[in-house]
Amino acid sequence: MSSFLVISIILVYLAVIFYVAYWAEKNSKSRWVNNPYIYTLSLAVYCTAWTYYGSVGLAATSGLKFLTIYLGPIIIIPTWVILMRKIIRISKGNKISTLADFISLRYGNDRFLGALVTLVCVLAIVPYISLQLKAISETFNVITKHHISAISILDDTTFYIAILLAIFAAFFGTQHTDASERHKGIITAIALESVIKLVFFLVIGIYVTFYLFNGPADIYNKASVLPNFEAQQTIDGLNGGLNWFLLSLLSMVAIVLLPRQFQVTVIENEREKYLKKVIWLFPLYLLLFNVFVIFIAWAGNVVFQNQQVDADLFTLLLPLNNNNEFLALLVFLGGFSAAISMVVISSLALATMLSNNLIIPYGFLKRFSKSESAENTESIKNIRRISIFTLIIIAYFFYKSFTLDRSLVSIGLISFVLIAQLAPAFFGGLLWRRGSSKGAKYGIFAGFIITVYTLLFPFAIDSQLIASSFVNEGLFGIHILKPYELFGLQIFEPVTHAFFWSLIFNVFIYSLVSVSKLGSYRERNFAEMFVDSTKYAALQEGAYVWKGEAYVRDIKNVLTRFLGESRTERALNLFYMKYDIDKKIQVADARLVNFSEKLLTGSIGSASARILIASVVKEEEISLTEVLNILDETQKAKESNKELKERDKQKDEFLDTVAHELKTPITSIRALSEILLADDEIDNDTKKKFLTSIVSESERVSRLITNILDLEKLATGKEKLDLNEHSIKNTILKSIDPFRQLAVNKGIKINLIEIDDAVVVYDEDRIQQVIVNLLSNAFKFSNEINGEVKISAHINQNKVEITVEDNGKGIAQDELISIFNKFYQSKNQTLIKPIGSGLGLAISKQIIESHNGKIWAENSLPQGARLTFTLPLNRN
Amino acid sequence: MKKILIVDDEPNIVMSLEYIFKKENFQVYIARDGEEAIEIVENTIPDIILLDIMMPNVDGYQVLNYLKNSETLKKIKVIFLSAKNKASDIELGLQLGADKYISKPFAVKNLVKEVKELLNKK
Repeated sequence: MSSFLVISIILVYLAVIFYVAYWAEKNSKSRWVNNPYIYTLSLAVYCTAWTYYGSVGLAATSGLKFLTIYLGPIIIIPTWVILMRKIIRISKGNKISTLADFISLRYGNDRFLGALVTLVCVLAIVPYISLQLKAISETFNVITKHHISAISILDDTTFYIAILLAIFAAFFGTQHTDASERHKGIITAIALESVIKLVFFLVIGIYVTFYLFNGPADIYNKASVLPNFEAQQTIDGLNGGLNWFLLSLLSMVAIVLLPRQFQVTVIENEREKYLKKVIWLFPLYLLLFNVFVIFIAWAGNVVFQNQQVDADLFTLLLPLNNNNEFLALLVFLGGFSAAISMVVISSLALATMLSNNLIIPYGFLKRFSKSESAENTESIKNIRRISIFTLIIIAYFFYKSFTLDRSLVSIGLISFVLIAQLAPAFFGGLLWRRGSSKGAKYGIFAGFIITVYTLLFPFAIDSQLIASSFVNEGLFGIHILKPYELFGLQIFEPVTHAFFWSLIFNVFIYSLVSVSKLGSYRERNFAEMFVDSTKYAALQEGAYVWKGEAYVRDIKNVLTRFLGESRTERALNLFYMKYDIDKKIQVADARLVNFSEKLLTGSIGSASARILIASVVKEEEISLTEVLNILDETQKAKESNKELKERDKQKDEFLDTVAHELKTPITSIRALSEILLADDEIDNDTKKKFLTSIVSESERVSRLITNILDLEKLATGKEKLDLNEHSIKNTILKSIDPFRQLAVNKGIKINLIEIDDAVVVYDEDRIQQVIVNLLSNAFKFSNEINGEVKISAHINQNKVEITVEDNGKGIAQDELISIFNKFYQSKNQTLIKPIGSGLGLAISKQIIESHNGKIWAENSLPQGARLTFTLPLNRN
Repeated sequence: MKKILIVDDEPNIVMSLEYIFKKENFQVYIARDGEEAIEIVENTIPDIILLDIMMPNVDGYQVLNYLKNSETLKKIKVIFLSAKNKASDIELGLQLGADKYISKPFAVKNLVKEVKELLNKK
């Protein structure tokens, strides 16, 4: 295919991507831009050109080992609903914009730590970016059949593509000064590219498997007769298994900590609930991507056996070998889109880190604190733009000037191991409150040095073909210092070996330093907020402990320099409203200090934000215990506030019901009286009927009032119980007496079964009131024909149990508990409303509970309701 | 003769309303709860309903909802007559489509006036 044609297609493709990003940025509220699918697809930036070509290369030479890179994420992603949610919540709450910011804030806005993390990331990722550029350039040469790489930069297509990518990332990546804002244009474009690369890869997989061969079985049969096949496809015993395990662990760490993954997963997350889609959709995406890898690899081994062909390029060479230029072009575009997604997101994430965690905190703070806001925002954006360009151009020259002859996979894995050095500080910081900034720094240093010694040095020596005894003999010829077999450890391959030792040292030193020396109060404060994020999230600014002297005016000045007059005003107004603070107050409190730091964090990073705010306030040292005490108190105040509100609400509801219940009889009284007053011709019988009703409704009102007062007195404990020894049998008999006549009238049988007697300490009037309440309920609800009410008293261990049972319809299952609520009236009542305040059982419950007894309702067989209460026996 | 349906679970309130509207020459129907009310409405389409809200089983809101969902019944005038008289209760009642909301306890004269006015309105 001619270079001109391919370049034209690349330009059209890039134009489409630019347009999509532009459209998404304009329509940033559209549903097409804001949905869990776009979010999930953007995570697939994990699949780079390395996946496209390197996986196949690795599969061709080492069998199934390529799977570990995807196995780790597939295994770990389902836990994200908890872990990633926590990370996202903390990041959003603190306006964190990069991984470096996250770690630096956790350890008390540590400026040096943020810079260290940034440096590790840059060192790890820049070669990785050059790898992508290399992939673009190589595949471009293959497809256009250029066999010599361009000599002059100005003749190199890759150089221009790199520049275009830098423009893209710089333009869409710096729309807002606040880097914690979402970049919807870029993310939508990346999501589209994720679809393209997957579809094209599936197309080529199907083509190779089913068109060039007759399905997977055919490829297997032909590949399995090749030499070395058996050895490649096995895990190779315990050693191999350990290698597998460590590689999977490495990729689990990478899927969270790679700067581009942190960017798309955490910073670009719009809603937490999107994670629920991610946990199944993203593993599915990775699985789909890997279905055909092994078949393409085997097919390449079969087709190109005995030929000197780079296995990394099998995906491209297979269609070309069959003169299918169109399919080869699709593969090229798929790989191209995988590469540019990675370049764009990585350079954006790294540029933000560079500006917010290295350049601004170390170089520009003084200047910023003097300039005007418009100037400052422009400077911040320019720093990021220049960083993006610099990163991509350095990556380009890195690829140009070093012969990166090693396969794509090994360079990718080296950057994984470097990034993994941040894992102890990151995960330790999330889960362990003792983890300190000193520990984090020394841990990262140690891990980094081990990685350099065991992986970077020997790798560089090998790849540049420099003759050296270092690799084979060890440093100074000391055998236990052999870089690939440190301390005589021989079971691992170089990458897993380096990962193993670096992480062991890193974790060990991180823990040791953290345990042996306490961090400052500030980092302990943030440690509490990160580790116990759910507990403190509700407190927001209140979770931050700060003591000192600060004036609103000074803080406002700092904010204005970065946000401008109107945004500062708006933000502060919101703050005042949220906490109900008087605007005229001149002295700033901890909440305002923290709020302002957060406001600035998005624009200039947490360390700089802290330094700037600290420059206008006078901070006092607080002891650790004080920090923890204040946190605890704030937490408690918040909780008791919630309880108060709940109690208020219940009180309101109770008063509403009381009002309603009182108004009902008064309505009858008023209506009937008005009729009597206005109507002179009313006959005597009606008059009498009306007056009787008025009297009974008046009685109802007074009964209600008595009951309500009773209930209140009992509930608030204002009434002292008149506790004395009584015979429970006597009390029961006394309570029954008034019902005997009623029983005869209504034809209801009273059945006293087994009344055990006991002397118990209680308030007799009150207990009598309970028994009367239960009896009148039983009378009300017992069967109209053959009505029967049973009463019994049993001594059961250390309590006496009194039961009142009727043979009515019983109580609906869902009402067994609610009948004890105030004003609850059963659904099973007969049409005519029984006389009662709706408070009888509520009062009974209150009385029994103040005697330390229990009361409950159940249904008895075959029919009827059974209400039981207990009183404790006093055994002094 | 205009037909009025009184829906309330309080016997004494029903008794007073029945007397008042018989005196005003209405044909009076009585329901003790929502279910009974719907049954009566279906059989004899009344001109106006005085509807209590807090009743066992089917409450006043549900009755109103039932009426408003039927082409033939939705034109019946409905007055909520309830002891719930917070502003939010009244607003909710009117939003659901009641023509008036009168709080308990009510003044007899005023109630009669409101009923007549509503019936005269087209």
